[in-house]
Amino acid sequence: MTYKEIDSKKVRADFPILSREVNGQPLVYFDNAATSQTPQQVIDVIVDYYSRYNANIHRGVHRLSQEATDAYELARQTIQTHFNAAKAHEIILTSGTTHAINIVASGYAALLKEGDELVVSAMEHHSNIVPWQMLCEKTGAQLKVIPMTQLGTLDMDAYDALLNKNTKLVFVNHVSNALGTVNPIEEIITKAHAVGAKVLVDGAQAAPHIKADVQALDIDFYVTSAHKLCGPTGVGMLYGKQDLLNALPPYQGGGEMIAEVTFAKTTYADLPHKFEAGTPNIAGGIAFGAALDYMNEIGFEAIAAFENELLVYATNELEQVEGVQIYGQAPEKTAVLSFNVKGIHPYDLGSILDQMGIAVRTGHHCAQPIMDFYQIPGTVRASFSFYNTKEEIDRMLVALKRAISMLQ
Amino acid sequence: MTIQEIQDEIVEEFNLFEDWMQRYEYMIELGKSLPLIAPEFKTDDNIIKGCQSKVWVHAELKDNQLLFSADSDAIITKGIIAILIRAFSNQHPKDILDADTNFIDQIGLKEHLSPTRANGLVSMIKQIKLYAIAFQTQLN
Repeated sequence: MTYKEIDSKKVRADFPILSREVNGQPLVYFDNAATSQTPQQVIDVIVDYYSRYNANIHRGVHRLSQEATDAYELARQTIQTHFNAAKAHEIILTSGTTHAINIVASGYAALLKEGDELVVSAMEHHSNIVPWQMLCEKTGAQLKVIPMTQLGTLDMDAYDALLNKNTKLVFVNHVSNALGTVNPIEEIITKAHAVGAKVLVDGAQAAPHIKADVQALDIDFYVTSAHKLCGPTGVGMLYGKQDLLNALPPYQGGGEMIAEVTFAKTTYADLPHKFEAGTPNIAGGIAFGAALDYMNEIGFEAIAAFENELLVYATNELEQVEGVQIYGQAPEKTAVLSFNVKGIHPYDLGSILDQMGIAVRTGHHCAQPIMDFYQIPGTVRASFSFYNTKEEIDRMLVALKRAISMLQ
Repeated sequence: MTIQEIQDEIVEEFNLFEDWMQRYEYMIELGKSLPLIAPEFKTDDNIIKGCQSKVWVHAELKDNQLLFSADSDAIITKGIIAILIRAFSNQHPKDILDADTNFIDQIGLKEHLSPTRANGLVSMIKQIKLYAIAFQTQLN
Protein backbone atom coordinates (compact mmCIF):
# COMPACT_ATOMS: atom_id res chain seq x y z
CA MET A 1 0.00 0.00 0.00
CA THR A 2 1.34 3.41 -0.83
CA TYR A 3 0.32 6.58 0.84
CA LYS A 4 1.39 10.17 0.92
CA GLU A 5 3.53 11.22 3.86
CA ILE A 6 2.14 13.75 6.29
CA ASP A 7 4.11 16.98 6.12
CA SER A 8 3.77 18.07 9.76
CA LYS A 9 4.98 21.59 9.21
CA LYS A 10 2.56 22.19 6.37
CA VAL A 11 -0.37 20.53 8.13
CA ARG A 12 0.19 22.38 11.41
CA ALA A 13 0.19 25.70 9.59
CA ASP A 14 -3.46 25.01 8.69
CA PHE A 15 -4.50 25.09 12.37
CA PRO A 16 -4.28 28.59 13.85
CA ILE A 17 -4.97 27.34 17.40
CA LEU A 18 -1.79 25.26 17.42
CA SER A 19 0.33 28.39 17.58
CA ARG A 20 -1.20 29.72 20.79
CA GLU A 21 0.30 29.52 24.25
CA VAL A 22 -1.19 28.10 27.43
CA ASN A 23 0.19 29.13 30.82
CA GLY A 24 3.15 30.72 29.05
CA GLN A 25 4.04 27.54 27.14
CA PRO A 26 3.34 26.59 23.53
CA LEU A 27 0.17 24.51 23.51
CA VAL A 28 0.47 20.75 23.15
CA TYR A 29 -3.02 19.58 22.29
CA PHE A 30 -3.55 15.91 23.14
CA ASP A 31 -7.30 15.93 23.75
CA ASN A 32 -8.23 15.09 20.17
CA ALA A 33 -10.52 12.23 21.14
CA ALA A 34 -12.75 14.80 22.85
CA THR A 35 -12.61 17.42 20.09
CA SER A 36 -10.31 17.82 17.14
CA GLN A 37 -9.03 21.23 16.13
CA THR A 38 -10.35 23.15 13.14
CA PRO A 39 -8.22 24.04 10.12
CA GLN A 40 -8.38 27.49 8.56
CA GLN A 41 -9.98 25.96 5.45
CA VAL A 42 -13.01 24.94 7.53
CA ILE A 43 -13.11 28.18 9.53
CA ASP A 44 -13.13 30.04 6.19
CA VAL A 45 -16.17 28.09 5.02
CA ILE A 46 -18.11 29.10 8.16
CA VAL A 47 -17.07 32.74 7.80
CA ASP A 48 -17.95 32.67 4.10
CA TYR A 49 -21.44 31.32 4.85
CA TYR A 50 -22.24 34.08 7.34
CA SER A 51 -20.55 36.73 5.19
CA ARG A 52 -22.15 35.89 1.85
CA TYR A 53 -25.16 33.61 1.88
CA ASN A 54 -26.65 33.18 5.37
CA ALA A 55 -30.29 32.22 4.73
CA ASN A 56 -32.79 29.57 5.70
CA ILE A 57 -32.76 26.50 3.52
CA HIS A 58 -35.26 24.35 1.63
CA ARG A 59 -38.08 26.90 1.40
CA GLY A 60 -36.94 30.33 0.35
CA VAL A 61 -37.48 31.39 -3.25
CA HIS A 62 -34.71 33.93 -3.13
CA ARG A 63 -31.15 33.61 -4.29
CA LEU A 64 -29.45 33.42 -0.88
CA SER A 65 -31.74 30.63 0.25
CA GLN A 66 -31.01 28.73 -2.95
CA GLU A 67 -27.25 29.09 -2.48
CA ALA A 68 -27.46 28.00 1.14
CA THR A 69 -29.66 25.01 0.22
CA ASP A 70 -27.27 23.97 -2.54
CA ALA A 71 -24.26 24.18 -0.25
CA TYR A 72 -26.03 22.25 2.51
CA GLU A 73 -27.18 19.50 0.16
CA LEU A 74 -23.74 19.36 -1.44
CA ALA A 75 -22.32 18.77 2.05
CA ARG A 76 -24.79 15.90 2.49
CA GLN A 77 -23.51 14.39 -0.75
CA THR A 78 -19.91 14.79 0.41
CA ILE A 79 -20.80 12.90 3.59
CA GLN A 80 -22.66 10.28 1.54
CA THR A 81 -19.66 9.76 -0.71
CA HIS A 82 -17.25 9.66 2.19
CA PHE A 83 -19.11 6.88 3.99
CA ASN A 84 -20.26 5.31 0.71
CA ALA A 85 -23.96 5.42 1.56
CA ALA A 86 -26.19 4.25 -1.30
CA LYS A 87 -28.37 7.37 -1.20
CA ALA A 88 -27.89 10.95 -0.01
CA HIS A 89 -31.20 10.88 1.87
CA GLU A 90 -29.89 8.07 4.05
CA ILE A 91 -27.66 10.72 5.65
CA ILE A 92 -29.57 12.60 8.36
CA LEU A 93 -27.78 15.68 9.65
CA THR A 94 -28.05 15.91 13.43
CA SER A 95 -26.62 18.00 16.22
CA GLY A 96 -24.10 15.26 16.90
CA THR A 97 -23.64 11.60 17.80
CA THR A 98 -25.82 11.77 20.92
CA HIS A 99 -28.71 13.27 18.96
CA ALA A 100 -28.28 10.63 16.24
CA ILE A 101 -28.37 7.75 18.74
CA ASN A 102 -31.45 9.23 20.39
CA ILE A 103 -33.30 9.36 17.06
CA VAL A 104 -32.84 5.62 16.67
CA ALA A 105 -33.39 4.72 20.33
CA SER A 106 -36.52 6.82 20.56
CA GLY A 107 -37.86 5.43 17.27
CA TYR A 108 -37.34 1.85 18.36
CA ALA A 109 -39.75 2.40 21.25
CA ALA A 110 -42.50 1.90 18.67
CA LEU A 111 -40.92 -1.27 17.28
CA LEU A 112 -39.96 -3.24 20.40
CA LYS A 113 -42.01 -5.30 22.79
CA GLU A 114 -41.43 -6.97 26.13
CA GLY A 115 -39.04 -9.89 25.86
CA ASP A 116 -37.02 -8.34 23.04
CA GLU A 117 -33.32 -8.06 23.73
CA LEU A 118 -30.73 -5.38 23.03
CA VAL A 119 -27.00 -6.01 23.14
CA VAL A 120 -24.50 -3.33 24.13
CA SER A 121 -20.75 -3.57 24.63
CA ALA A 122 -19.07 -3.01 28.00
CA MET A 123 -16.88 -0.29 26.55
CA GLU A 124 -19.48 2.20 25.38
CA HIS A 125 -19.61 5.94 25.97
CA HIS A 126 -22.52 6.88 28.24
CA SER A 127 -24.29 8.35 25.19
CA ASN A 128 -24.49 4.84 23.72
CA ILE A 129 -25.81 3.33 26.97
CA VAL A 130 -28.29 5.71 28.54
CA PRO A 131 -30.67 6.19 25.54
CA TRP A 132 -31.01 2.39 25.32
CA GLN A 133 -31.64 2.04 29.03
CA MET A 134 -34.41 4.60 28.63
CA LEU A 135 -35.73 2.57 25.69
CA CYS A 136 -35.73 -0.60 27.82
CA GLU A 137 -37.65 1.19 30.56
CA LYS A 138 -40.26 2.26 28.03
CA THR A 139 -40.65 -1.07 26.24
CA GLY A 140 -39.73 -3.77 28.75
CA ALA A 141 -36.92 -4.93 26.47
CA GLN A 142 -33.77 -6.33 28.13
CA LEU A 143 -30.27 -4.92 27.90
CA LYS A 144 -27.45 -7.50 27.63
CA VAL A 145 -23.79 -6.56 27.89
CA ILE A 146 -20.83 -7.97 25.92
CA PRO A 147 -18.09 -8.19 28.55
CA MET A 148 -14.56 -6.94 27.98
CA THR A 149 -11.17 -8.50 28.65
CA GLN A 150 -8.23 -7.16 30.65
CA LEU A 151 -6.54 -6.10 27.40
CA GLY A 152 -9.50 -3.89 26.60
CA THR A 153 -11.03 -6.03 23.85
CA LEU A 154 -14.53 -7.44 23.61
CA ASP A 155 -15.13 -11.04 24.65
CA MET A 156 -16.44 -12.32 21.34
CA ASP A 157 -17.33 -15.80 22.65
CA ALA A 158 -19.59 -14.15 25.19
CA TYR A 159 -21.08 -12.09 22.35
CA ASP A 160 -21.97 -15.27 20.44
CA ALA A 161 -23.71 -16.60 23.53
CA LEU A 162 -25.77 -13.41 23.96
CA LEU A 163 -27.28 -13.49 20.47
CA ASN A 164 -30.58 -15.26 19.92
CA LYS A 165 -33.83 -14.84 18.00
CA ASN A 166 -35.05 -12.24 20.54
CA THR A 167 -32.07 -9.97 19.85
CA LYS A 168 -33.37 -6.96 17.95
CA LEU A 169 -30.51 -4.49 18.11
CA VAL A 170 -26.80 -4.47 18.81
CA PHE A 171 -24.99 -1.19 19.41
CA VAL A 172 -21.28 -0.94 19.69
CA ASN A 173 -18.63 1.66 19.13
CA HIS A 174 -16.27 1.15 16.25
CA VAL A 175 -13.49 2.51 18.48
CA SER A 176 -13.58 2.93 22.27
CA ASN A 177 -13.14 6.55 23.37
CA ALA A 178 -11.50 5.63 26.67
CA LEU A 179 -9.13 2.91 25.41
CA GLY A 180 -8.74 3.36 21.65
CA THR A 181 -9.66 -0.29 20.99
CA VAL A 182 -10.81 -0.91 17.40
CA ASN A 183 -13.73 -3.32 17.72
CA PRO A 184 -14.31 -6.09 15.15
CA ILE A 185 -17.50 -4.54 13.78
CA GLU A 186 -17.52 -6.67 10.66
CA GLU A 187 -17.79 -9.84 12.73
CA ILE A 188 -20.26 -8.21 15.13
CA ILE A 189 -22.50 -7.20 12.22
CA THR A 190 -22.36 -10.55 10.41
CA LYS A 191 -23.28 -12.44 13.56
CA ALA A 192 -26.06 -10.01 14.52
CA HIS A 193 -27.56 -10.23 11.04
CA ALA A 194 -27.50 -14.02 11.25
CA VAL A 195 -30.09 -13.84 14.06
CA GLY A 196 -32.01 -11.02 12.39
CA ALA A 197 -30.77 -8.21 14.66
CA LYS A 198 -29.82 -4.75 13.41
CA VAL A 199 -26.58 -2.99 14.37
CA LEU A 200 -25.87 0.60 15.28
CA VAL A 201 -22.20 1.52 15.04
CA ASP A 202 -21.05 4.53 17.05
CA GLY A 203 -18.34 5.96 14.85
CA ALA A 204 -17.57 9.07 16.92
CA GLN A 205 -14.06 7.87 17.75
CA ALA A 206 -13.39 5.86 14.62
CA ALA A 207 -14.40 8.35 11.94
CA PRO A 208 -11.33 10.62 12.44
CA HIS A 209 -9.02 7.67 11.78
CA ILE A 210 -10.86 5.02 9.77
CA LYS A 211 -13.04 5.59 6.74
CA ALA A 212 -16.03 3.30 7.27
CA ASP A 213 -17.73 2.00 4.12
CA VAL A 214 -21.30 1.52 5.36
CA GLN A 215 -22.32 -0.63 2.39
CA ALA A 216 -19.27 -2.89 2.37
CA LEU A 217 -19.61 -3.43 6.12
CA ASP A 218 -23.41 -3.77 5.78
CA ILE A 219 -23.91 -1.32 8.67
CA ASP A 220 -27.56 -0.64 9.56
CA PHE A 221 -27.02 2.62 11.48
CA TYR A 222 -23.82 4.62 11.70
CA VAL A 223 -23.43 7.79 13.77
CA THR A 224 -20.67 10.33 14.25
CA SER A 225 -19.93 13.97 15.11
CA ALA A 226 -18.24 16.56 12.90
CA HIS A 227 -16.20 18.03 15.76
CA LYS A 228 -14.12 14.87 15.97
CA LEU A 229 -13.32 15.26 12.27
CA CYS A 230 -11.86 18.76 12.10
CA GLY A 231 -15.38 20.13 11.76
CA PRO A 232 -17.41 22.41 14.04
CA THR A 233 -19.27 21.41 17.21
CA GLY A 234 -23.04 21.01 17.19
CA VAL A 235 -23.34 18.97 14.01
CA GLY A 236 -23.17 15.28 13.25
CA MET A 237 -24.88 12.57 11.31
CA LEU A 238 -27.04 9.51 11.38
CA TYR A 239 -26.69 7.10 8.51
CA GLY A 240 -29.42 4.52 8.27
CA LYS A 241 -30.46 2.11 5.57
CA GLN A 242 -33.46 3.58 3.79
CA ASP A 243 -35.94 0.86 4.84
CA LEU A 244 -34.88 1.07 8.45
CA LEU A 245 -35.16 4.87 8.57
CA ASN A 246 -38.56 4.72 6.90
CA ALA A 247 -39.75 2.28 9.57
CA LEU A 248 -38.80 4.63 12.40
CA PRO A 249 -41.30 7.25 13.55
CA PRO A 250 -40.06 10.88 13.56
CA TYR A 251 -38.10 12.04 16.59
CA GLN A 252 -39.19 15.65 16.80
CA GLY A 253 -42.19 17.41 15.34
CA GLY A 254 -41.93 20.82 13.75
CA GLY A 255 -41.32 22.65 10.54
CA GLU A 256 -39.38 21.13 7.66
CA MET A 257 -40.29 17.52 8.63
CA ILE A 258 -43.87 17.59 7.30
CA ALA A 259 -45.55 16.95 3.96
CA GLU A 260 -48.95 18.34 4.86
CA VAL A 261 -50.37 19.77 8.08
CA THR A 262 -54.02 20.13 9.00
CA PHE A 263 -55.43 20.02 12.52
CA ALA A 264 -56.95 16.67 11.69
CA LYS A 265 -53.77 14.99 10.47
CA THR A 266 -50.20 15.67 9.52
CA THR A 267 -48.26 13.59 7.06
CA TYR A 268 -44.53 13.45 7.37
CA ALA A 269 -41.98 14.44 4.80
CA ASP A 270 -39.74 11.91 3.10
CA LEU A 271 -36.19 11.20 4.15
CA PRO A 272 -34.03 12.95 5.21
CA HIS A 273 -36.41 15.76 6.20
CA LYS A 274 -38.59 13.53 8.36
CA PHE A 275 -35.78 13.56 10.93
CA GLU A 276 -34.64 17.15 10.39
CA ALA A 277 -37.34 19.22 12.07
CA GLY A 278 -36.62 22.91 12.49
CA THR A 279 -33.87 25.07 11.05
CA PRO A 280 -30.69 23.00 11.18
CA ASN A 281 -27.13 24.08 11.90
CA ILE A 282 -26.68 25.19 8.29
CA ALA A 283 -23.17 26.63 8.58
CA GLY A 284 -22.21 23.57 10.61
CA GLY A 285 -23.52 21.15 8.02
CA ILE A 286 -21.69 22.92 5.21
CA ALA A 287 -18.51 23.01 7.31
CA PHE A 288 -18.90 19.29 8.07
CA GLY A 289 -18.61 18.64 4.33
CA ALA A 290 -15.61 20.97 4.10
CA ALA A 291 -13.93 19.17 7.01
CA LEU A 292 -14.30 15.81 5.24
CA ASP A 293 -12.89 17.36 2.08
CA TYR A 294 -9.94 18.65 4.07
CA MET A 295 -9.23 15.27 5.66
CA ASN A 296 -9.65 13.40 2.39
CA GLU A 297 -7.22 15.78 0.76
CA ILE A 298 -4.64 14.71 3.33
CA GLY A 299 -5.80 11.12 2.98
CA PHE A 300 -7.10 8.71 5.61
CA GLU A 301 -4.41 6.12 4.90
CA ALA A 302 -1.72 8.71 5.47
CA ILE A 303 -3.51 9.90 8.62
CA ALA A 304 -3.84 6.37 10.04
CA ALA A 305 -0.22 5.49 9.29
CA PHE A 306 1.12 8.72 10.79
CA GLU A 307 -1.03 8.51 13.91
CA ASN A 308 -0.03 4.89 14.43
CA GLU A 309 3.59 5.93 14.32
CA LEU A 310 2.87 8.51 17.05
CA LEU A 311 1.01 5.89 19.10
CA VAL A 312 3.82 3.32 18.88
CA TYR A 313 6.43 5.94 19.75
CA ALA A 314 4.45 7.32 22.69
CA THR A 315 3.57 3.84 24.00
CA ASN A 316 7.20 2.72 23.95
CA GLU A 317 8.38 5.89 25.66
CA LEU A 318 5.61 5.90 28.23
CA GLU A 319 6.25 2.27 29.17
CA GLN A 320 9.79 3.32 30.22
CA VAL A 321 8.38 5.70 32.85
CA GLU A 322 8.34 4.04 36.26
CA GLY A 323 4.95 3.29 37.73
CA VAL A 324 3.01 3.84 34.51
CA GLN A 325 0.11 1.51 33.79
CA ILE A 326 -1.45 1.74 30.32
CA TYR A 327 -5.10 0.75 29.98
CA GLY A 328 -6.26 -0.67 26.69
CA GLN A 329 -3.66 -2.77 24.94
CA ALA A 330 -5.75 -4.23 22.19
CA PRO A 331 -3.74 -5.37 19.15
CA GLU A 332 -5.64 -2.90 17.01
CA LYS A 333 -5.89 0.60 18.45
CA THR A 334 -6.29 4.19 17.35
CA ALA A 335 -3.91 6.82 18.73
CA VAL A 336 -5.26 6.89 22.29
CA LEU A 337 -3.09 6.37 25.37
CA SER A 338 -5.06 5.94 28.56
CA PHE A 339 -2.83 5.58 31.61
CA ASN A 340 -2.24 6.09 35.29
CA VAL A 341 0.86 6.44 37.41
CA LYS A 342 1.01 4.32 40.55
CA GLY A 343 -0.04 6.23 43.66
CA ILE A 344 -1.09 9.38 41.79
CA HIS A 345 -4.64 10.52 41.07
CA PRO A 346 -5.22 11.22 37.34
CA TYR A 347 -6.67 14.68 38.17
CA ASP A 348 -3.44 15.68 39.85
CA LEU A 349 -1.38 14.62 36.84
CA GLY A 350 -3.74 16.38 34.42
CA SER A 351 -3.63 19.62 36.44
CA ILE A 352 0.16 19.77 36.53
CA LEU A 353 0.41 18.90 32.82
CA ASP A 354 -2.01 21.75 32.07
CA GLN A 355 0.24 24.15 33.96
CA MET A 356 2.96 23.16 31.51
CA GLY A 357 0.76 23.73 28.46
CA ILE A 358 -0.12 20.07 27.81
CA ALA A 359 -3.84 19.48 27.22
CA VAL A 360 -4.87 15.92 28.12
CA ARG A 361 -8.14 14.54 29.37
CA THR A 362 -8.53 13.14 32.86
CA GLY A 363 -11.46 11.36 34.43
CA HIS A 364 -13.77 8.53 33.50
CA HIS A 365 -14.20 9.74 29.88
CA CYS A 366 -17.98 9.24 30.09
CA ALA A 367 -17.31 5.50 30.21
CA GLN A 368 -17.73 4.64 33.88
CA PRO A 369 -18.31 0.91 33.26
CA ILE A 370 -14.74 0.67 31.89
CA MET A 371 -13.32 2.44 34.95
CA ASP A 372 -15.34 0.10 37.20
CA PHE A 373 -13.93 -2.85 35.27
CA TYR A 374 -10.37 -1.76 36.02
CA GLN A 375 -11.42 -0.50 39.50
CA ILE A 376 -9.89 2.92 39.00
CA PRO A 377 -11.40 6.42 39.44
CA GLY A 378 -10.27 7.44 35.97
CA THR A 379 -7.24 7.73 33.74
CA VAL A 380 -5.12 10.34 32.04
CA ARG A 381 -5.87 10.15 28.34
CA ALA A 382 -3.57 11.51 25.67
CA SER A 383 -5.08 11.20 22.20
CA PHE A 384 -3.12 12.11 19.10
CA SER A 385 -4.08 13.53 15.76
CA PHE A 386 -2.27 13.82 12.45
CA TYR A 387 -1.24 17.39 13.32
CA ASN A 388 0.66 16.28 16.44
CA THR A 389 4.38 15.51 16.45
CA LYS A 390 6.92 13.32 18.20
CA GLU A 391 8.47 16.49 19.63
CA GLU A 392 5.16 17.20 21.38
CA ILE A 393 5.15 13.67 22.79
CA ASP A 394 8.66 14.30 24.11
CA ARG A 395 7.42 17.48 25.77
CA MET A 396 4.58 15.57 27.39
CA LEU A 397 7.02 12.98 28.72
CA VAL A 398 9.29 15.64 30.22
CA ALA A 399 6.26 17.34 31.79
CA LEU A 400 4.95 14.00 33.03
CA LYS A 401 8.22 13.16 34.74
CA ARG A 402 8.27 16.55 36.41
CA ALA A 403 4.66 16.12 37.54
CA ILE A 404 5.43 12.68 38.96
CA SER A 405 8.39 13.99 40.93
CA MET A 406 6.18 16.76 42.35
CA LEU A 407 3.30 14.49 43.24
CA GLN A 408 5.06 11.45 44.67
CA MET B 1 -6.36 35.11 64.55
CA THR B 2 -9.56 36.14 62.82
CA ILE B 3 -10.61 34.50 59.59
CA GLN B 4 -9.78 37.71 57.74
CA GLU B 5 -6.28 37.81 59.19
CA ILE B 6 -5.63 34.21 58.24
CA GLN B 7 -6.93 34.84 54.74
CA ASP B 8 -4.66 37.87 54.34
CA GLU B 9 -1.76 35.73 55.45
CA ILE B 10 -2.59 33.06 52.86
CA VAL B 11 -2.81 35.68 50.10
CA GLU B 12 0.55 37.06 51.15
CA GLU B 13 2.13 33.61 51.08
CA PHE B 14 0.78 32.91 47.60
CA ASN B 15 2.14 36.22 46.35
CA LEU B 16 5.65 35.19 47.35
CA PHE B 17 5.76 32.57 44.61
CA GLU B 18 7.00 33.45 41.15
CA ASP B 19 4.79 31.18 39.12
CA TRP B 20 1.94 28.72 39.32
CA MET B 21 4.17 25.66 39.22
CA GLN B 22 5.62 26.82 42.54
CA ARG B 23 2.14 27.47 43.89
CA TYR B 24 1.10 23.99 42.85
CA GLU B 25 4.18 22.58 44.59
CA TYR B 26 3.11 24.47 47.70
CA MET B 27 -0.46 23.14 47.47
CA ILE B 28 0.86 19.59 47.11
CA GLU B 29 2.98 20.11 50.23
CA LEU B 30 -0.07 21.43 52.08
CA GLY B 31 -2.04 18.45 50.85
CA LYS B 32 0.47 16.08 52.39
CA SER B 33 0.13 17.80 55.77
CA LEU B 34 -3.67 17.94 55.81
CA PRO B 35 -5.13 16.91 59.19
CA LEU B 36 -6.77 13.67 58.21
CA ILE B 37 -10.34 12.80 58.91
CA ALA B 38 -10.85 9.89 61.34
CA PRO B 39 -11.67 6.72 59.39
CA GLU B 40 -15.14 6.43 60.97
CA PHE B 41 -16.12 9.76 59.38
CA LYS B 42 -14.85 8.79 55.93
CA THR B 43 -18.33 7.74 54.93
CA ASP B 44 -20.41 8.30 51.81
CA ASP B 45 -22.53 10.78 53.79
CA ASN B 46 -19.49 12.98 54.23
CA ILE B 47 -18.53 13.01 50.54
CA ILE B 48 -18.96 16.43 48.99
CA LYS B 49 -21.08 16.32 45.87
CA GLY B 50 -19.84 18.30 42.88
CA CYS B 51 -16.18 17.33 43.24
CA GLN B 52 -14.57 15.20 40.53
CA SER B 53 -12.18 13.60 42.96
CA LYS B 54 -13.53 12.18 46.21
CA VAL B 55 -13.59 14.66 49.08
CA TRP B 56 -14.70 13.89 52.61
CA VAL B 57 -15.23 16.67 55.16
CA HIS B 58 -16.21 16.22 58.79
CA ALA B 59 -16.99 18.96 61.28
CA GLU B 60 -17.35 18.93 65.05
CA LEU B 61 -17.99 21.59 67.65
CA LYS B 62 -15.53 22.02 70.51
CA ASP B 63 -15.70 24.95 72.95
CA ASN B 64 -18.03 26.80 70.58
CA GLN B 65 -15.53 26.48 67.77
CA LEU B 66 -15.95 24.43 64.64
CA LEU B 67 -13.16 21.97 63.87
CA PHE B 68 -12.84 20.56 60.37
CA SER B 69 -11.03 17.47 59.21
CA ALA B 70 -10.98 16.16 55.65
CA ASP B 71 -9.44 13.87 53.10
CA SER B 72 -9.37 13.36 49.35
CA ASP B 73 -8.01 10.77 46.95
CA ALA B 74 -6.27 13.53 44.95
CA ILE B 75 -3.34 15.38 46.48
CA ILE B 76 -3.96 18.82 44.92
CA THR B 77 -7.54 18.63 46.14
CA LYS B 78 -6.15 17.88 49.59
CA GLY B 79 -4.01 20.99 49.29
CA ILE B 80 -7.03 23.10 48.44
CA ILE B 81 -8.96 21.74 51.41
CA ALA B 82 -5.96 22.34 53.63
CA ILE B 83 -6.09 26.02 52.64
CA LEU B 84 -9.82 26.18 53.37
CA ILE B 85 -9.44 24.40 56.71
CA ARG B 86 -6.68 26.76 57.73
CA ALA B 87 -8.98 29.69 56.98
CA PHE B 88 -12.13 28.35 58.60
CA SER B 89 -11.25 25.72 61.22
CA ASN B 90 -11.09 26.63 64.92
CA GLN B 91 -13.56 29.45 64.41
CA HIS B 92 -16.97 30.27 65.78
CA PRO B 93 -19.76 29.11 63.42
CA LYS B 94 -21.12 32.64 63.17
CA ASP B 95 -17.73 34.00 62.12
CA ILE B 96 -17.51 31.30 59.46
CA LEU B 97 -20.95 32.25 58.19
CA ASP B 98 -20.06 35.96 58.08
CA ALA B 99 -16.65 35.47 56.48
CA ASP B 100 -16.24 36.36 52.85
CA THR B 101 -14.21 34.18 50.53
CA ASN B 102 -12.50 36.87 48.48
CA PHE B 103 -9.10 35.43 49.21
CA ILE B 104 -9.80 32.63 46.75
CA ASP B 105 -10.08 35.22 43.97
CA GLN B 106 -7.14 37.20 45.30
CA ILE B 107 -4.77 34.25 45.06
CA GLY B 108 -6.12 33.51 41.59
CA LEU B 109 -6.85 29.92 42.53
CA LYS B 110 -10.02 29.61 40.54
CA GLU B 111 -8.48 30.60 37.20
CA HIS B 112 -5.69 28.12 37.71
CA LEU B 113 -7.94 25.20 38.48
CA SER B 114 -9.70 23.21 35.81
CA PRO B 115 -13.40 24.12 35.61
CA THR B 116 -14.35 20.85 37.33
CA ARG B 117 -11.93 21.57 40.15
CA ALA B 118 -13.15 25.17 40.44
CA ASN B 119 -16.71 23.83 40.82
CA GLY B 120 -15.43 21.43 43.44
CA LEU B 121 -13.86 24.35 45.30
CA VAL B 122 -17.20 26.17 45.32
CA SER B 123 -18.87 22.99 46.62
CA MET B 124 -16.30 22.69 49.41
CA ILE B 125 -16.86 26.27 50.56
CA LYS B 126 -20.60 25.70 50.41
CA GLN B 127 -20.25 22.59 52.56
CA ILE B 128 -18.14 24.43 55.14
CA LYS B 129 -20.79 27.17 55.33
CA LEU B 130 -23.55 24.56 55.61
CA TYR B 131 -21.79 22.98 58.56
CA ALA B 132 -21.53 26.44 60.12
CA ILE B 133 -25.27 27.02 59.68
CA ALA B 134 -26.09 23.64 61.21
CA PHE B 135 -23.89 24.17 64.27
CA GLN B 136 -24.93 27.79 64.66
CA THR B 137 -28.53 26.58 64.95
CA GLN B 138 -27.40 24.19 67.71
CA LEU B 139 -25.76 27.03 69.59
CA ASN B 140 -28.81 29.30 69.43
